[in-house]
Amino acid sequence: MNFTLKIWRQKDAKAKGGFKEYQISNISPDTSFLEMLDILNNELIQKGEEPVAFDHDCREGICGMCSLHINGHAHGPSQAVTTCQMYMRKFKDGDTITIEPWRSAAFPVIRDLVVNRGAYDEILQAGGFVSVRTNSVPDGNAIPIPKADADESMDAAACIGCGACAATCKNGSAMLFVAARVSSLAKLPQGRVEGARRAKAMVAKMDELGFGNCTNTGACEAECPKAISISHIARLNREFLAAKLKD
Amino acid sequence: MAFKLDSKIPAGELAQKWSNHKAAIKVVSPANKRKLDIIVVGTGLGGASAAASLGELGYNVKIFCIQDSPRRAHSIAAQGGINAAKNYRNDNDSVYRLFYDTIKGGDYRAREANVYRLAEVSNLIIDQCVAQGVPFAREYGGLLDNRSFGGAQVSRTFYARGQTGQQLLLGAYSVLNKEIAAGSVKSYPRHEMLDIVIEDGEAKGIIARNLVTGEIERHGAHAVVIATGGYGNVFFLSTNAMGSNGSAAFQCYRKGAGFANPCFTQIHPTCIPVHGTQQSKLTLMSESLRNDGRIWVPKKIEDVEALRKGTLKPSQIAEEDRDYYLERRYPAFGNLVPRDVASRAAKERCDAGFGVNETGLAVFLDFKTAIERLGKDIIKQRYGNLFDMYEEITDVNPYNEPMMIFPAVHYTMGGIWVDYNLMTTIPGLYAIGEANFSDHGANRLGASALMQGLADGYFVLPYTIGDYLSKKIQAPKVSTDTPAFDEAEKAVKAKIEKLLSIKGSQTVDDLHKRLGHIMWEYVGMARTKEGLEKAIVEIQKLRKEFWADVKVPGGNDEFNVELEKALRLVDFLELGELMARDALLREESCGGHFRTEHQTEEGEAKRDDDKFAFAAVWEYKGEDEAPEMTKEVLDYEFIHRAQRNYKD
Amino acid sequence: MGTFLTNTSIGRKVVMSVSGAFLVLFITFHMAMNLAALVSADAYNMICEFLGANWYALVATVILALGVLVHFAYAFILTFQNRKARGNVRYAVTSGHKGVDWASQNMLVLGIIVIGGLAVHLIHFWSKMQLQELMGNHEILVAGQEVAVTNGYKMIEITFSSIWNVLIYVVWLAALWFHLSHGIWSMFQSLGWANQTWYPRLKCLATAWTTLIVLGFMAVAVVFYIRSLGVCC
Repeated sequence: MNFTLKIWRQKDAKAKGGFKEYQISNISPDTSFLEMLDILNNELIQKGEEPVAFDHDCREGICGMCSLHINGHAHGPSQAVTTCQMYMRKFKDGDTITIEPWRSAAFPVIRDLVVNRGAYDEILQAGGFVSVRTNSVPDGNAIPIPKADADESMDAAACIGCGACAATCKNGSAMLFVAARVSSLAKLPQGRVEGARRAKAMVAKMDELGFGNCTNTGACEAECPKAISISHIARLNREFLAAKLKD
Repeated sequence: MAFKLDSKIPAGELAQKWSNHKAAIKVVSPANKRKLDIIVVGTGLGGASAAASLGELGYNVKIFCIQDSPRRAHSIAAQGGINAAKNYRNDNDSVYRLFYDTIKGGDYRAREANVYRLAEVSNLIIDQCVAQGVPFAREYGGLLDNRSFGGAQVSRTFYARGQTGQQLLLGAYSVLNKEIAAGSVKSYPRHEMLDIVIEDGEAKGIIARNLVTGEIERHGAHAVVIATGGYGNVFFLSTNAMGSNGSAAFQCYRKGAGFANPCFTQIHPTCIPVHGTQQSKLTLMSESLRNDGRIWVPKKIEDVEALRKGTLKPSQIAEEDRDYYLERRYPAFGNLVPRDVASRAAKERCDAGFGVNETGLAVFLDFKTAIERLGKDIIKQRYGNLFDMYEEITDVNPYNEPMMIFPAVHYTMGGIWVDYNLMTTIPGLYAIGEANFSDHGANRLGASALMQGLADGYFVLPYTIGDYLSKKIQAPKVSTDTPAFDEAEKAVKAKIEKLLSIKGSQTVDDLHKRLGHIMWEYVGMARTKEGLEKAIVEIQKLRKEFWADVKVPGGNDEFNVELEKALRLVDFLELGELMARDALLREESCGGHFRTEHQTEEGEAKRDDDKFAFAAVWEYKGEDEAPEMTKEVLDYEFIHRAQRNYKD
Repeated sequence: MGTFLTNTSIGRKVVMSVSGAFLVLFITFHMAMNLAALVSADAYNMICEFLGANWYALVATVILALGVLVHFAYAFILTFQNRKARGNVRYAVTSGHKGVDWASQNMLVLGIIVIGGLAVHLIHFWSKMQLQELMGNHEILVAGQEVAVTNGYKMIEITFSSIWNVLIYVVWLAALWFHLSHGIWSMFQSLGWANQTWYPRLKCLATAWTTLIVLGFMAVAVVFYIRSLGVCC
């Protein structure tokens, strides 16, 4: 298969970026999208050009490192997969593929397609944990948890923190990310204890870091590689309002 | 000068060793902990849990990772589960049984005391993770669910769908975040350790490169913990993440830390087969699939040929024409034999010409029987995400046709040598998790890697490091303005400059792929004396070629992925040779290490306990010098070594 | 709780949601009231009189105006903040997302159309009725006819005898339909009263309710236009 790639190139955070066009040919349909970029990079290096920087690591769709806005979609046009799990057979021979970095004020570009997602770490540091010390805990089976609750908690915990939600949201909102963590812990008795504090602290941090306001478009859910439901956003709203109204 | 290895295994009964040891070692008072600095390199299960626990204790911790967030460490990709001897299933599990299975699974090449301790703290790990809000799978009664894994006849594996590693890591990462917020841990993402600094024979800090700016930084501490995982990427193609590397561990080795059993590599039996020359990595299909999946190849060679031609679908092959070779060879464990056994059995069938894809390097993993027995819905519930992933990659629907699988490099049991305190041969330098060598012998059982990472990080290191640090309470803040730091920084900068100045004609990936081919061909699933000797020569040649002809674009003072990869390949090129040397020395077959010369008549691994019941600990002597090997004899006080038997 | 309604993102959404809910309730009532005009001129004018320049009607009007103002102002504040959050460089290529309502991505534009329609509506009716009463006028000249300011029925007749007015109202009501089809279920979501089970129900409720409101308004405009042609009814 042959493709025309339009890729965003930007030397560093301060430099002005722009699109550059590349031709790539003889790509097997079984090649993954990132392998296709590997091939491009190898060619660029051989030609004495700078390779394209992009984030990736596990290539199994779980580490959350890969990103890329491909033809107008976070993680490309496939549903519920990360960029690293997308294969070139999803495209048509001869397609032009536009590849852009995440665009969000809170995710500044580091180089080319690589952005800084440190803001997500900061939000979790604000309260995305249960305050337990090592070794000061009861037996794992001491508190039974209804299977449905554990399952729903797991649904939310599937979040890989890739940033697609905020990157795809027309409002630049990180609500799905924040909600996934808040909701996952809210469904478990262990997390309930400091639920109010957590919801308030994480929302405050999210706002402080300049993410936008959620307007319930649902684009985050549609583009989330783990298909995390916006019902978790509803739960976050509930948790947050209940906490605030008690203050 | 050979190592004087002291494993510091405490005396006494097996079950009392750890408690006796804890009672005997020194502790540091809270006021003194505040004065002590610890560096943790790596943020996987081991690193994150250690840093969080040490931060809680009051030490000042700095934690480093190469990814953009601690949460991305490759522990996250573990799918299947984590073992613990809870005996919640009432199937007569116990700490002793977990210990015994692990020792046996490791083909009697691990330390008894370490493995027993691992089994002992396994239960605490589950409790800890539940309290952190890890959403383990539960039964309708609200209690924790279990499943079975290879090498065990009990159900002791706890899991969170097919994402156990992710959930455990997010648990450890969350408590790490708690400590970062509290100020006791400082996080350095997108930083790579490029050297360890040794002063007066003790670890005093690291040299790290800021991967965004290229700045070379000095960080001093009273102790350094290496938690950087394994080095499976020496094979280029493996199930490891693209960034996984052996460099941090290898710098320690260069600076005098012993490196033990480097040849012990785990080849995982259930991975998606290689499809072309441009592939960047291999994808693992969880071992949990072997709970319900049955592995087979056709009995008739003409069926194999028809499959390759595409004229026959696997589902069309009749039951009696299928060779369920694991069930045939190992009736007692069937499809749940340990990984090394399953991998070799697959290789044996493929070598005999029964490989089922065009390359002849694949076998079937079939869910037909399970779907008939349990229904598609239950199978979907259990493995839905894995089936989806398989279909995404291969374009084959595994509900209708069996999966194709083949073994791939997955884990390295070898690593930095550590004593019972997890300290390396360099005082003040520790290694935990996959980065050390201590607990899995020659083969790791499924669902035990997560167990070891968290055991070391939460429950072992926080105690044992105090014993060393109690001697440092008078030591002032470690200065980074010393000749040792100057020298280390200079050497790192010189290495980078050298790499950038070669401007040869081959890319890092091209050279790495060639190393991978040598490794897979000669240091892979079956090794021979001639092959290993050849590998050593070839790797040395390739290394020379690398230093003469590698092409690294860009400069140091920028985000430069190719430079990062080149620096890692420098170490892989030496590590590969070390692995081959170790494999050559070990004239026996055990666990993941299979020397073709040493097998039983049935083709099983033939151990030689008289000559090789030791850990081979290697000492660096220079890039072009042969390293020196010291033995740590593995004394088996409590259990009797037997030939591993998974047949009855 | 203090200022969380202004300085937190979720608080601001609560304000949007509550003010929106208030407006939805108002137009539902307004629509129901309009339907009376289809049945009887006297009944409708009675309601008009009841809601003339009385203190309670005036208080309600002021609150209503405030509701509109708050909803409107917050819409702009949120949009401004959200544009800032998107950053300076925009995607070169964007495309629709499967399962995402078009309306949800265009609420501000739809809202502006709705407000525009509201202005027209106020000129057509309110400025000739309650406002005139407040100014002390009892009759007003509409399209060359003297009409009592409480004779709402007559004003409807006059307004919807023009096809242009009818068309303006149709556009306005279409925008309102889209705005509310997202707005109604969205307000439940913002208040946290939603989950997987209830999404289909809420969305069904939103669509049904919105359609009912829009059809109700539309019916009056269309019926009066047809009557003005003198064909039937």
